[in-house]
Amino acid sequence: MNNLNSRFSLLSLDPTIIQKCIHCGMCLPSCPTYQETKIERNSPRGRISLMRAIAEKRMDLTELFAHELYFCLGCLACQTACPVGVDYKTLFEASRQDIEKSQILNNPLRQIARTALIRFLFRSSFRLRTFGKMLRVYQSIGLDRLVPYLPFIPAKLKDMMAQLPPIASHFSSELIQPRETPFHTKVRWKVGLLTGCVQDLVYSKINRDTVDVLLYNGCEVICPPHQGCCGSLHAHNGELKTAQLLAQKLMDAFPLNELDALITNAAGCGSHLKHFSNLFPPGTPWRKKAEEWDKKVFDIHEWLVKIGFSKPKLTDTSQPQPVVTYHDACHLCHGQKIKNEPRIILNSLPFIRFVELEESDHCCGSAGIYNILQPEMAHKLLNKKIAKIKQTAASILCTANPGCLLFIEKGLKKQQLNIQTVHPISLLAQWYKMANPGEPTPQKNQEKLAIPK
Amino acid sequence: MVSKEPTDEALRSLIDHFPKSSLLISKEDLIPYSFDATATFYQPPLAVLFPSSIADIQWILQWAKANHACILPRGSGTSLSGAVVPQKNSIVLSMAKWNKILEIDRNNLTILVEPGVTTQSVQEEADKLSLFYPPDPGSYKISTIGGNVGHNSGGIRGLKYGVTRNYVLGLEVILPTGQLLWLGNKCMKDSAGYSLKDLFIGSEGTLGIVSKVLLRLIPKPQERQVILASFSTLEAAAEATSAIINAALIPSALEFLDRKTIDCIEQYNPAGFPKESEAVLLIESDGHPQAVRDEIVCILKVLQLYNPLDIKIAEEPKDQEQLWKARKVAFSALARKAPTVLLEDITVPRSALAEMIRKIQQISSQYGVEIAVYAHMGDGNLHPVFLADEQNEDLMEKVYRAMKEIFLYAIKLGGTITGEHGVGLAKKEFLAYQYNKEEFQLLKSIKKILDPDNLLNPGKIFD
Repeated sequence: MNNLNSRFSLLSLDPTIIQKCIHCGMCLPSCPTYQETKIERNSPRGRISLMRAIAEKRMDLTELFAHELYFCLGCLACQTACPVGVDYKTLFEASRQDIEKSQILNNPLRQIARTALIRFLFRSSFRLRTFGKMLRVYQSIGLDRLVPYLPFIPAKLKDMMAQLPPIASHFSSELIQPRETPFHTKVRWKVGLLTGCVQDLVYSKINRDTVDVLLYNGCEVICPPHQGCCGSLHAHNGELKTAQLLAQKLMDAFPLNELDALITNAAGCGSHLKHFSNLFPPGTPWRKKAEEWDKKVFDIHEWLVKIGFSKPKLTDTSQPQPVVTYHDACHLCHGQKIKNEPRIILNSLPFIRFVELEESDHCCGSAGIYNILQPEMAHKLLNKKIAKIKQTAASILCTANPGCLLFIEKGLKKQQLNIQTVHPISLLAQWYKMANPGEPTPQKNQEKLAIPK
Repeated sequence: MVSKEPTDEALRSLIDHFPKSSLLISKEDLIPYSFDATATFYQPPLAVLFPSSIADIQWILQWAKANHACILPRGSGTSLSGAVVPQKNSIVLSMAKWNKILEIDRNNLTILVEPGVTTQSVQEEADKLSLFYPPDPGSYKISTIGGNVGHNSGGIRGLKYGVTRNYVLGLEVILPTGQLLWLGNKCMKDSAGYSLKDLFIGSEGTLGIVSKVLLRLIPKPQERQVILASFSTLEAAAEATSAIINAALIPSALEFLDRKTIDCIEQYNPAGFPKESEAVLLIESDGHPQAVRDEIVCILKVLQLYNPLDIKIAEEPKDQEQLWKARKVAFSALARKAPTVLLEDITVPRSALAEMIRKIQQISSQYGVEIAVYAHMGDGNLHPVFLADEQNEDLMEKVYRAMKEIFLYAIKLGGTITGEHGVGLAKKEFLAYQYNKEEFQLLKSIKKILDPDNLLNPGKIFD
């Protein structure tokens, strides 16, 4: 664990990682917070200059620095923009780890919230599911609509409760068998499916669609029930020990040697899942296993394009012809450099008209739990995003991250815009079904996606 | 005036005068304003002020005078000369929020902007009206018009279209005394007396604070084509450039990249530069479609005489954009090669390009210092980039000696120590080689007249 800690501490980090920043300013136009405030401290090069001051002991780790690092969305747009190749992600995670270790931001409320969320709830799939079931009951009997009128609940708590996502009627394990085999084609690949935590609770349907798409493309799918969180949330919030434990649990849940690939469909998870090896000291057995793991993790879009996915063939011209646009989730386009693949998939769908979203790779403000912690900045970014979406005149917005889907969906509803938010893979699954209406499907509890024109 | 630490009482009056949101004083806020894009210079300011009015600027100038502090106007801090690195007791005056486009005059083809508007915003605004704002520094996406005026910034289109100075018709300037001036007008010609506005262009914030800029726009060229030519030696590319100029061909851009630079750019974002060459030329012709076609034919004929390894023509806007995007990240991408990169900016008469390049290569091997070169070749504006390491004192000493020798040689060839980055802190030591004593004195006396108390960005260009 010592090696891990030193990799993730500004004071013992390889100094060349910080020195790489030549403060040329190429990152500034890409940084959402700098673009809003025009204050250097809120920019990547400003934050890196503070990290460097701490690493070189010219400055102590201060409360303002800590707040600044939580004001950063961690969207990594700066990393894409940086011609020098500064590894902002490592610097960001190291800083947050140091902040948590220093306990400089600690206050009772924050402690309770972090302990409840990060250390308790998201640490165990059982607890998360139990919480999800409770939430489902709370929402299904309409208690959530009552809350705003209850005088004894503090306003801040009401706000937080209003942010709770609607829980799906079925979790992934209720929709997906532990092993599913293609029914109309021979098995070409054997893959594992990572169901995620928020995705499992809120968007289990996307997981089901992902399985269907994989089956259509000759992949046998192994999907262990009760997988739990991958630890991405913990790593981004300076809880590396827990991130390590969760990574171990997840790796143990899959028969790694038997699989050609491990598929993820949530951008935030994917960006973490591909770097499990960073969590373990070199030379240890877990590191070796994690390196094997890392090589096999693919985002669903990346995997489909790599294996040459079959394009849905639709001849019935009476089918809907929606205008579709696409928002690049930060952790897919900046974290994993996957930009083209989702577009290739969307453009393969017959009868849709794909329109590019201006500034599609600018953060929508969701950024994990950022929208809860920094609602003001998050909503500024969301409103910008929605204004751009409106410009496209699209009836469907696709994006590949549960956080973005939830946040944008909420924003669109608030503005009473009739624009559907869909994961690109769900749209592909729907098109496969329209192209092959007679085919049997292993899917249970399927809800048909209503496609607006 | 010698800058001194302001008293607590003075600082209190400063803090009391401005709202918390416009005056930054915490160390976490000051450290990020302690540098520009030049390596090795670092000094946190005393405070950072986002003025909300001309009156705020006039007040801070008075305060600075009364309290022996100084004022440093700043845009996005992308300058490459140390010009916006604070001196001790500087108040950084950030103009980044003064970023409105105030007026577009279609009848006169002018645009009036606040100084914090980015170069890209002006270009885009012009483009919407099928007009064109040619100055195009590598940092155009974030560099501000105020900063461009302060440095008389150039860019890749300088060859045909000139630099920022050629597009500034008017300036609103606040003098260190607080006096507000409007210099210039919408006329295309003006011979009335000394051109005062020209004095402020390229003055690096040492003479006045620019608060509005009136820029000239021109019609957008109808057609562009880009040639990518690769050569087996640097000199062949340099000689081909001189020959193009000698043939009286003036393309809109004529850029040069050496192997080291190409490798770094390709590592960042592959743009399809050839793998086997030592140098490439990127040449753009723009204008009337027929004129572009004719010019391309003529340029190709000249290039053929210098045994190019390969020649490609990018006609599609998408391909052209990819090449130019790649070219514009050259400096930052080179930072992949070494912990410290020092970017220089000499310009020589265009007939002397090959000789200057030979000399750079010779100096590089003589001192054992790695030097990459890219250039606005058509302008004779070379950017030798020293790949160094701040932690290695021996190497830094050699770099400094090699750099000095390059400057001296450029001057010997009739050149200058800076073509577009300005003098700032980085080159003030070498300015004396370019100007004689009387000329130097004249420069200083201009500063003395306009800024007798040395309030504005002191210690830049000269001491």
